[in-house]
Amino acid sequence: MELKIQVLAIVASLGLLVVVLELVRRRRFLERYAILWLLSGVVLLALSVWQGLLSTLASAVGIIYPPNALFLIAFGFVLVLLLHFSLAVSRLSDQSKLLAQRLAMLEKRQRDTERRLEAGDEETLERVAPPR
Amino acid sequence: MTPVNPDRSYLAVVPAYNEAATVGRVVRSIRQRAPHFDIVVVDDGSTDATGPIAEDAGAHVLRHPFNLGIGGAVQSGFVYALDNGYDYMVQVDGDGQHLPEEIAVLADAMAADPRVDVVCGSRFLGDHGYPAPVSRRTGIHIFAFLLSRLIGQRVSDPTSGFRLYNRRSIALFARDYPHDYPEVEAVLMVHHHRLRIREVPVRMLERGGGVSSIRSGKSAYYMIKVLLAIFVGLARARPVVEPGDDAPVVAGQRI
Repeated sequence: MELKIQVLAIVASLGLLVVVLELVRRRRFLERYAILWLLSGVVLLALSVWQGLLSTLASAVGIIYPPNALFLIAFGFVLVLLLHFSLAVSRLSDQSKLLAQRLAMLEKRQRDTERRLEAGDEETLERVAPPR
Repeated sequence: MTPVNPDRSYLAVVPAYNEAATVGRVVRSIRQRAPHFDIVVVDDGSTDATGPIAEDAGAHVLRHPFNLGIGGAVQSGFVYALDNGYDYMVQVDGDGQHLPEEIAVLADAMAADPRVDVVCGSRFLGDHGYPAPVSRRTGIHIFAFLLSRLIGQRVSDPTSGFRLYNRRSIALFARDYPHDYPEVEAVLMVHHHRLRIREVPVRMLERGGGVSSIRSGKSAYYMIKVLLAIFVGLARARPVVEPGDDAPVVAGQRI
């Protein structure tokens, strides 16, 4: 692999690692979501430094030019990360749906209770604020 | 009129999103034609006066803080029915398409066969001549054909939301109801859970106002989404969260 490309790959994966670590340090990033990013940064860095491994991998799957193998692996990580986020988004939208539904129920109960209180419903008054 | 069983409680759920033009009429009409039904309008994040109008007309109102879509709205109805111990729940759309006088037809079918868990009003059984555009009818017939093969029972109108549910089906759908365009997938769920569904012929109108949840530009997306839902539903390892399973919010495996 040409030196220029190797330097570029090392700088890029180092940059990625530093940014992710910094985001985690500032608590902008939940560790849960940082793990995949860190893993991809570490693997890409290792492969850019360790030329022999990259060449072995590349020739094993029939890639003539080793840096292309690096691209392929990086692309694989991107796909996995995207899938991971789709899962996270699906879970969040399920959760927000449930929250919205529960909120609607609670608001209705609160409105009903307030209305009965205003109407001076004795039974409700006792239940909500028991006489001392 | 159906003879009303006074020991049973009945709930009509009216999902409504920006239906201020029609929801008042729908609620009053249900009160008049099906007086033994309590009415809850699910105001699905409307930006118009749907909620207050429904309340003035005499309905209970559940207000979603933002729009969840028809599936989320109807599911709120199921949860309300379950929480308040209703024996039967009917869905009547807020756009005036479903006729409250036809609720009795559904209730009769439910009373006639106690093994039935869901009674579905169909536009295409009998000779009611539903005035739908050809494109929409074609789509519905494709779903009908597929579903009928899949569940081994003739389904003529799988997109109809005009349905009456008993306690078992209420409990099922309160736990898990499909998201975007739920009716077709719900038929499949009923089948998976070995509940029974029956169709009866009803009349329906074209929408009285507002905008359908299925806009014409979205109909291709609708077709694809529902077809996907049918096939994914078939392949789902665990169709619905059962008591004791992981919490339902983790069930985000649905694509």
